Amino acid sequence: MTDTATSHEVEPHTHDERAHPSDAQYVAVALVLGAITAVEVGVYYITAIPKHLLTTMLIVMSAVKFSAVVLWFMHLRFDSRLFRRLFVTGLVLAFAVFLIFLSSLHFYSPSRH
Amino acid sequence: MTEPIAYGQTPPLTARRSLLRRPTSTAGLWGWITTVDHKRIGIMYGVSAFVFFLLGGIEALLLRLQLGGPNQHVLSASAYNQVFTMHGTTMIFLVIMPMAAAFANYLVPIMIGARDVAFPRLNAFGFWTFLAGGLFMYSSFLLGGAPNGGWFGYVPQTLKAYSPGHNIDFWVFGLQILGIASLTGAINLIVTIINMRAPGMSFMRMPIFVWMSLVAQFLLLFALPVITVALFLLMFDRQFGGHFFDAQAGADPLLWQHLFWIFGHPEVYILILPAMGIVSEVLPVYARKPLFGYAVKVFSGIAIGFMGWGVWAHHMFATGLGPVAISAFGLSTMFIAVPTGVKIFNWLGTLWGGKLRITTPFLFAVGFVAMFTIGGLSGVTHAVVPADTQQTDTYYIVAHFHYVMFGGSIFGLFAGVYYWAPKVTGKMLSDFLGKIHFWLMLVGFNLTFGPMHILGLQGQPRRIYTYPAGRGWEFWNLVSTIGAFTIAASIVVFIVNVIRTKISDQPNVGADPWDARTLEWTIPSPPPEYNFAEEPLVTARDELWHRKYDEDGDGRAIRRELDYPVVMDEVPDEVHVHMPSPSYWPLVASFTLPAVAYGMIYRAWPVAIAAGVVEITALYSWALEPSTAPPDPDEGTEDHGPELDSGEPAAAELETADAD
Amino acid sequence: MAATVHDPVEADDDVLHHSATGLSNEKIAMWAFLASDCLLFGALISTYILYRGRSVVGPYPHGVYDIPYTSVSSFVLLMSSLTMVLALSAIQRNDQRRLRIWLLTTALLGTVFIGGQVYEFTSFVRMGLKIHTNLFGSSFFVLTGFHGTHVFIGVLMLMSLFSLSLKGKLPQEKAQTVELVGLYWHFVDVIWILIFTLVYLIPS
Ligand SMILES: [Cu+2]
Repeated sequence: MTDTATSHEVEPHTHDERAHPSDAQYVAVALVLGAITAVEVGVYYITAIPKHLLTTMLIVMSAVKFSAVVLWFMHLRFDSRLFRRLFVTGLVLAFAVFLIFLSSLHFYSPSRH
Repeated sequence: MTEPIAYGQTPPLTARRSLLRRPTSTAGLWGWITTVDHKRIGIMYGVSAFVFFLLGGIEALLLRLQLGGPNQHVLSASAYNQVFTMHGTTMIFLVIMPMAAAFANYLVPIMIGARDVAFPRLNAFGFWTFLAGGLFMYSSFLLGGAPNGGWFGYVPQTLKAYSPGHNIDFWVFGLQILGIASLTGAINLIVTIINMRAPGMSFMRMPIFVWMSLVAQFLLLFALPVITVALFLLMFDRQFGGHFFDAQAGADPLLWQHLFWIFGHPEVYILILPAMGIVSEVLPVYARKPLFGYAVKVFSGIAIGFMGWGVWAHHMFATGLGPVAISAFGLSTMFIAVPTGVKIFNWLGTLWGGKLRITTPFLFAVGFVAMFTIGGLSGVTHAVVPADTQQTDTYYIVAHFHYVMFGGSIFGLFAGVYYWAPKVTGKMLSDFLGKIHFWLMLVGFNLTFGPMHILGLQGQPRRIYTYPAGRGWEFWNLVSTIGAFTIAASIVVFIVNVIRTKISDQPNVGADPWDARTLEWTIPSPPPEYNFAEEPLVTARDELWHRKYDEDGDGRAIRRELDYPVVMDEVPDEVHVHMPSPSYWPLVASFTLPAVAYGMIYRAWPVAIAAGVVEITALYSWALEPSTAPPDPDEGTEDHGPELDSGEPAAAELETADAD
Repeated sequence: MAATVHDPVEADDDVLHHSATGLSNEKIAMWAFLASDCLLFGALISTYILYRGRSVVGPYPHGVYDIPYTSVSSFVLLMSSLTMVLALSAIQRNDQRRLRIWLLTTALLGTVFIGGQVYEFTSFVRMGLKIHTNLFGSSFFVLTGFHGTHVFIGVLMLMSLFSLSLKGKLPQEKAQTVELVGLYWHFVDVIWILIFTLVYLIPS
């Protein structure tokens, strides 16, 4: 979720907001988001795709959308690394803890239709 | 060598606060009710928590009377369930957590050289919400019965089918309200510590108590939402016919235990880390040595904070998780003992070779280290899964967590009470009575909880309201009950000590009665509302010590010959620092929450909705309340972002009378 | 050896960092809150995933979900993130007119989303799915209802900003207030991105 290592070193400890994207860039991000959503719904209807592949594709696409909104619209890409660390800590913690939790309950195995 | 800094010698710094004091406000009872001063809020946290401590203690005595011998009839089975549930819930959520909040609120801003917390009104809201939640939960005793499902509230026991009364509802809503209080408090303290440090107060110069509080607040920040969800699911099952914990509908009966302990294990560190921080402040002062291995201490605290997220299922070894999960959680639990053990060696290293002054705070701190070590060792035995399977739900577990929570947290908190009492009140608690308190409590504590190890290994189960004669449990249960009353006697000694000190005409102790090390001892006792007449400039860890002492080649402390005062013993005249204004919206917003909860419990929807409307109104009024200076109607700007200061240079300037 | 712990030399490099981080308290608080909310939705979403396909009676998800309909409302919420960021961009340029337009648009899109959710809930109820029907009903309504409540609170905050702006009480210096509400709004949006995939699209 963090960007390149070099930007970390350059970034001083103080209030530093690199140039925000222009409105046109925001619109471009939104178009990409809309396009991915269209693809998501599209693949959902392609019955030829095997279930596991479909699941993987959908999760990758939603992760891309998630990251795009957080990095551009929420400026995390451009903002102080303190915010990045705070949010990534919560996100990674949530992901790790609940993955362990679900795994320990074998959520993938029991009877389903 | 760093030059020490005396008051009046630092160049005047621009204050970070720019608010006018409302003329009406801070005096009398109403002043306390509407206060946003972090010190007053800290005191109110402490006093309320102590009252709850007495309530929880009385509950403990009732339990011990009932169990003092076989076939007792002090409590009925039903009353016993309520009393043990409320004892645990009280001691955890209404005593240790708010006590830690009391110390953090009072001390953290001063220790980092700030004038208040980042969000003063949010701070007031946190306190009143805690109090409202506590009173709400205790009101259940008058309204048909207190919570009776244990502090862990396991399902299906706590579902409507098995607990049809409102007991559990009070527990669910009460904990939700307390959770709101803790979450706002956590965010507030995190922002305060990250952003309000005085110039020079780098992270690695922060007093260790501040560090441990920071870790604990992060644990709260991430753990509270999990129990919030668990309680919401239980609420939906109980109130709206949900099926989250209904095994007949296909639900997993372990969902509750997982969610509860994902919160519950970090919670254990939330309870112990602040006490560890207190002990780490107290020991160096009375050993007259710096804390041994400061950096190691900090990183082991952070390591505990992270590892605490990977061990929760050790509370569930007997539930049939399967060999893989059990082995993994058993191992992670053993590993978490490593940073904890490191801390114990840090404390021993601090004492080693020190010139020890055997005072009451010192004794409590050493008592903490000793008792906590015993509790930690019995904790490691729980990590050994086959042993734990034998120990589960026996008194051995009760012995373990009381050694950690009472021998650990409570001893540590009392060390803090005796250590900082002169700072808060300007008067010294009696050392003689303090030592009586300590020895009575130490003996009583070990008499109460030591025998429980034996009882547990003999097979006495937890949470039984009585037991038959002839099982070999009578003797140790009687000893345990005698111990509990010894603890009660020690608390009476403490109360006598406090009252005697309060009514005594002891002269003011001055700023630095202990020859201490950190910033809170540079300012008058009790500190003025604005804490620091001048924002301190920090040049070293243990700032005050370095202002007072130099070191010779062998690292021995040599008192500096100074012709100016290093500390400020009296509040100077004519210091004008603009502090945030009192407000009553936090109070309204807090006490509306129980009204919503009563409305939901009794399905009095108009009450719930009306209270909800009041709540929203209060929050709006709060957000739009001109916090002081007319141009700034926003809560946000109350809190001295740098941009505000530049906008109002005149108001932002700190006017200090010449100290000479 | 203890003396080395506080070597005075370390003083120099640190005195430079004057006012702690130079960041605003409110923004740190908002990010901390959002980090915390990750665990809130993490717990709710995990509960839903745990109970996928475990209901013992119907209706089941594939019987009630209307994917085209939900896709449209997801798209609406996604685009509200664009209008939100345009509102922030406007106030940062001190363009009050566009600020108001975009704030109002964002609030309207949010309202459309909530309206869509209300319609979806009622149609599910008509198809016999209620909170107490089965595990699916319990976990679906609580998760999406929780999210919908977040959206509703966001709409309230947006409308408050809009009315502040109308009264001229939202000058350029207050851009941060818009930014904070925006952070909250985008977070609610990214949670929906996850819910849309994990709850609606992934086959059970
Ligand atoms: Cu644990």
